[in-house]
Amino acid sequence: MHTAADIDRVIGALADATRRDIVRRAIAGHEGVAELAGHYPMSFAAVQKHVAVLERAHLVTKQQIGRRKVVRTHVEGLRAVRRLLDQYEDLWRGRIDRMTELVTHPKEKDA
Amino acid sequence: MTVTAVRKNPEALSMTITAEFSAPPERVWQLWEDPRQLERWWGPPTYPATVTSHDLRPGGRVEYHMTGPEGDQPRGYWEIVEADAPRSLVFRDGFANDDGTPNTDLPMFTARVKIEEIGDGRTRMSIESVFPSAQAMEQVLAMGMEEGITSAVAQIDAILVADPVPAR
Repeated sequence: MHTAADIDRVIGALADATRRDIVRRAIAGHEGVAELAGHYPMSFAAVQKHVAVLERAHLVTKQQIGRRKVVRTHVEGLRAVRRLLDQYEDLWRGRIDRMTELVTHPKEKDA
Repeated sequence: MTVTAVRKNPEALSMTITAEFSAPPERVWQLWEDPRQLERWWGPPTYPATVTSHDLRPGGRVEYHMTGPEGDQPRGYWEIVEADAPRSLVFRDGFANDDGTPNTDLPMFTARVKIEEIGDGRTRMSIESVFPSAQAMEQVLAMGMEEGITSAVAQIDAILVADPVPAR
């Protein structure tokens, strides 16, 4: 599930403030859709729709606990995006290391 | 350590890295302006860069290739959007085909460089990279430009001891 297209879906899902808030609340994994809907000034159906977008992006899952269904955050989906940014950070850290070397020891490596 | 901050924004697919140098802004600008210096830091040691064309004016282009351990030579280019020496540079970074034409199958991303004096002869530089999509990031990282985990970081403290004047 960690292809780039999946990650794009994650990004799209997280582009909305309500969905980001749902992701945060669902880390605890105590609330169902109805309870989540109580936090927002919008209809149950609207919140249900947001949860569905997050489910498709593998950012939350619904879990049966006894007779209740709770919404729980799937942290691994978030981590995939994070990992890409970590790699990119390494690339630039390397560049800045070399810049520093050039600025501070300009002659050393000249042919 | 010269890198002072890294701010990643997974939601906006952007990363801003901030570094400080013991040198004036003009000296830091040279790292971008002088193609011979640029090619000494753009590519990692395993993929050194060769800059074949270099025009940092708005609308200008910088063309380069990198040479990998297997002799592979990925090509890239920048389209300069803004250039205000020695303070700011905005460019779009793309990949090129073997004949130097833009490879439109691969993504471009935008880099915004800001360089400012912070006193005591020191300069802060920030680089914000914005990716068009997560797929774009993956491709950029797969183009032979990845580095292993930062082994070079350990050398920095020693390097920081010296503080020579700008070369020109």
